[in-house]
This record gives sequence, structure tokens and C-alpha cells, in this order.
Amino acid sequence: MEHLEFDYDGTGAKPARAFALAGVVGSGNLEVLIEAADLGGRCAAVVDTSVRGYGETWRQVLADFFARHAMSDVRVSINDGGATPAVVSLRLDQAAAEIKDASA
Amino acid sequence: MLEKADAPRRWDTLERSYRARIERGAAFADGKIVRRDETERFLEAVIEPGDRVCIEGNNQKHADFLAAALSKTSVEAIHDLHIVQSNIALPPHLDVFERGTARRLDFCYAGPQGLRMARLVAEGKIEVGAIHTYLELYSRYFCDLTPHVSFVAADAADADGNLYTGPNTEDTPAIVEATAFKSGVLIAQVNRIVDKVPRVDVPGDWVSFVVEAPKPHYIEPIFTRDPAVITEVQVLMAMMVIRGIYEKYGVTRLNHGIGFDTAAIELILPTYAEDLGLKGKICRYMSVNPCPTLIPAIESGFVESIHCAGSELGMEAYTAARSDVFFIGRDGSMRSNRIFCQLAGHYSDLFIGSTLQIDLEGNSSTATLSRITGFGGAPNFGSESRARRHGSEAWLKAGREQRLSGEMPRGRKLVVQIVETFGDGMSPTFVERLDAWELQKTFDMPLPPVMVYGDDLTHLVTEEGIANLLLCDTMEERAQAIRGVAGYTPVGMKRDREMVARLREKGAVQYAEDLGVDKRLATRDLLAARSIKDLVAWSGGLYDPPSRFRNW
Repeated sequence: MEHLEFDYDGTGAKPARAFALAGVVGSGNLEVLIEAADLGGRCAAVVDTSVRGYGETWRQVLADFFARHAMSDVRVSINDGGATPAVVSLRLDQAAAEIKDASA
Repeated sequence: MLEKADAPRRWDTLERSYRARIERGAAFADGKIVRRDETERFLEAVIEPGDRVCIEGNNQKHADFLAAALSKTSVEAIHDLHIVQSNIALPPHLDVFERGTARRLDFCYAGPQGLRMARLVAEGKIEVGAIHTYLELYSRYFCDLTPHVSFVAADAADADGNLYTGPNTEDTPAIVEATAFKSGVLIAQVNRIVDKVPRVDVPGDWVSFVVEAPKPHYIEPIFTRDPAVITEVQVLMAMMVIRGIYEKYGVTRLNHGIGFDTAAIELILPTYAEDLGLKGKICRYMSVNPCPTLIPAIESGFVESIHCAGSELGMEAYTAARSDVFFIGRDGSMRSNRIFCQLAGHYSDLFIGSTLQIDLEGNSSTATLSRITGFGGAPNFGSESRARRHGSEAWLKAGREQRLSGEMPRGRKLVVQIVETFGDGMSPTFVERLDAWELQKTFDMPLPPVMVYGDDLTHLVTEEGIANLLLCDTMEERAQAIRGVAGYTPVGMKRDREMVARLREKGAVQYAEDLGVDKRLATRDLLAARSIKDLVAWSGGLYDPPSRFRNW
């Protein structure tokens, strides 16, 4: 297991909803919880992963994610079972679309 | 001396050789029917050292009994053969090289035997002439690689040698035509000998001998993809293909590769594409085997017509019951033909398939360092059809996007590779340099073995998005467009972010949000069938999957 924490500048609006969840933990898969949090406008991410040694990839995947979605005051928590960056980005985008959707 | 120089040239040496071989072979046959127990001695009688021999080995159908018999013949009698066959799939195909029956090989594909072949080449037991594409090797049958003896596989024969191939005709017509009309000996392995064949796929007077095999010829169900293992990332890529390519260009005529990526596209036609109102506007005519994952798209009215290179195990009753869609004989069973299917696909609007490695010019290869696999049909399907003249919406639209050096307007075939940025074991699909370069050196090939060349490729689809190479003005832009969809591979991480942003503005790089693709829909719920059992249900019980796929 490896525990990683990241912190990014917020760039957009606060999320419309309190939280959103995507995915399930399993081999090659992951669980993403995204929630509104009072972080003084910043964004944070916490990753627990079964695969060691991919810290730089996680940092970049999450940086691109926050840049893509322009959010502030959100915390992302990830439980990863060895997902590829493709699956990680898909789950993140699915969770972000949920939390930003005021009509849901 | 003078007499010899003046002796008239004989112009029928092949014909006289043929007659001698037939006479020698007849000692082991009753009429055209070879006595099965004497097959090996029969082969020793009709084959001569140094002959070019074709053992029908297709994607699926194999003359396996005759291949095994050849590998048991005396090396004194038969040696130094030149094998010219499309598919090296069974152990006996390489046994003949290991023991010296054969020495030289021209072929197309060596999937499961790739590792052993690499070893035999390294040991000098196999001299590889070339690795071909299918159409290329068949063409050489009619040029400089005409077989002296060919083994073909058929379902049934009558006493006159008329053959019925059933739905798996595949390569048989190409082999038969080249052999029979150039004084070659054509030997057919059949599952059964009957009084009257259901239909004549090969006329009996083209066939020299028939052997009834002790068990039906081997058929491999290589085109069955179980929907149960299609991932959500594959669903996402399929959605991007439908919006970013099929809908954009109005692609009605196409060829699909046989991987899970294209199976996912087939399975969201009745759901995602239907909701987008695309029925009747995309995917109407296909050149592809009867892949079971096409059943929902056929049943829901998307795919109207399919010509097949070969058949697929379990699809016999389904195809027979859909004669509006498939090409069916008067006997009621499907007829396939790999050459015509390859040609139909070559002149269609789009090819899409997967690969193992892609470089920054867009060259792709399935060659890896330890194996010799070959190409199969992808290079012909996946190449610009420069001899095309007829217009279509998709071909003309792609033509307008491409960069031309002169004034003359041209159409453009869409050639698409669909890959995830990381393959098995987190190995990156995108590389600065293909393994094919190393392979060229190791096996002393004239060129690196490239499956689809970069200048044939128009679009690259990954889970990140689509690179449209038609819209790239320079090789530098092309490389950055490829890096722009290469995700978090080392190649992708080295992208020039500003340049990729500019490419995105002009549409040369498009991400899901640029294509109107809602990632929340990218779940397995979007698949019209989520299991083999679902496919059986869609077919009304006509699809009869092989036992290994019956996992319910």
C-alpha cells in the first residue's frame, strides 16, 4: 500500500452538491469519493493505492483533472486497486460530473 | 552437343509432371479417393523435393489431417519444401521445418506459433522469404509463388471431387484457382464423402484427390468476444468513435477489427447510436466475419449487409436465417471468401482496429521482441485505397480535411487505430521507437514489420480522446497530436502543452467534452448485450456458442 496526499489551487466554483461517488474497489479498479470541503478555495486529494511507485503519475493525473473541471473547495479521496490512468480519469470525471450537476 | 542445342524446347513440363504425379498417386487411391491409411505414402508419391506446397491454414479452417500426415513423411522422399501458406497455427506446420521436410517459408500470420517460429528462424531451420499481408500472398500465388501441391479443407466431397466448403470457404478459392490452373496437384481433406454435395464450392475437375479425414477439420472460434469482459474504458472509447468519427463523417461502409474495442462499438450501436438518431446513417455495410457481438446491431436494424472473410463457430444457423444480411448459397448456408471480403473492405470508407505499439509518426506494429506474429488482414483493410474513384460522404469529407500538395481534390479513406494508452501489465502503447526496428535486425528482414503505416493512418482513438492526423500540417504537429492523446505514458507526459492546446483549437486533438460525450454514460449498462447469454437471446436462440463460452 502507498498513501499519497496532494494539494492544488482552486480555479472555479464550489460544487453544486455535497458529494459524489464513482466506482468500486477491486483489482484494476478504484473508488472515488469527491466531496465539498472548506479548504479556503483550494482542492485536495488523498490516494490510497495497492501499487507503489506511481506518485508522479498520480500527481499529474489529478492536476489535469482539477484543471479540466475548474473547481474549488473539494476533496477527492481515492481507494485504488491498481487501476490504469484510463480508469482513474474516467472515474474522476464521472464523479465530477455528478457533483457539479445541480439538477440531479 | 549440336543435337542438344537444337532439341525443341518443351512447353509442357509442368503438365507432364502433373500427369506423372497423378499416376503415382493413383496407386494409393480408389478413383479420386485416397485410402486414408496410406495417406503418408500417397504424399511421398505426389510431392517432390523442393516443391512449393500450400497447406490451407486460414484464420479458422485448417487442413490439419494432411498437415500432420506431411510431418510424418520420409525426409529422404520429401525434403527442402517451400511452404507458401497464410497462417502458421498448428504444431505440425512447424514440425515440417524442425525435421527438414521443409526449409523455406512465405506466410502471413503465425499467432500462437510465434515464439517457436522465432526460435526455428534463429536456429536456421526456417528461411523466411517474407511476411505478407493476405492479399499480397494470394497475389503471389498467381505470380511467382504458385504451389506445385496444395492441401485444402472442405466439409464434404463427392466421388468426382466436387467440394462443399460450408460457411468457412475462406482462402480456399484463391489456393484452388492458382494450383489447379498451373498444373498443380490439389488434394482436399474433407469431413465426409457424400453422394451429392449440398452445393458445389469447388468443381470436381479442379480437384486431383480427396482424403476423408478421421475427424472434422479443426476450426478455431477466434472472432467471439465475450461481452462480459468489455470494460467501461472500452465503452468510453466506443462512444467517442461513434460521435467523433462515425457521426461526423457519416460512415456507412466499414470494416471492424476483431478485438474488444470494436466489439464495444458494435454493442452500443443499438443503445447509444440509436439514441443519437444515427440508425440508417452509420454502419450499414460491413466487411467482417460474423462476429457474435454484431447480432444486436443486426437485429435492431443498424447493420444491413455483411460480407464475410470466413465464418464463426456457432453462427451457422443465425447467418443462414438472415439471408438479407449475409451472403448465402442456394443450399441455405453462408458463403465466405477472404479475398473478396478484403477487397470490399479495402474500398469501403473506414477501417478501425487495435494494435500493440504506436510511434510518433503513427506507425503501428503488433511485433514484439520475442515473437514473429505477422499481420493478417489489417494492412490491406487499414491502408489508403489510392485506386478508389467513387465518392461517398465520408470519403469526400475526409478528403477535404487532408493536406494536399497539389490542386487536384482527392477523397480519403478513414484509417483508425483504437488503443488504450497502457496495455497489459502497464506497458505503454505509445513508444518513441517501435520494437519492430529491433526485430528487423534480429531476423534480418528487409524492413521493420509495420502493420499500419503512419501515412495511412487518419485517426488515433484512446481513452483520452481522438487525434485527427488529417488536420496536422507538419510532422511536428502530428507527433504532438499523438502525444496529446497518449495520456500518462512517458510519450504522453512529454507533450508540449501549448502546442496540444493549439491543436485542440483546430480540432486535431479532441477530448470527450469536445465531442459531446458524457462520461457518466460510459458504463457497461450501455452495452446492448452484457454476456454471451444475452447474445443468444438477441438471436432468438439461433446463435449456438461453443461450449467454452457457455459460462452460465
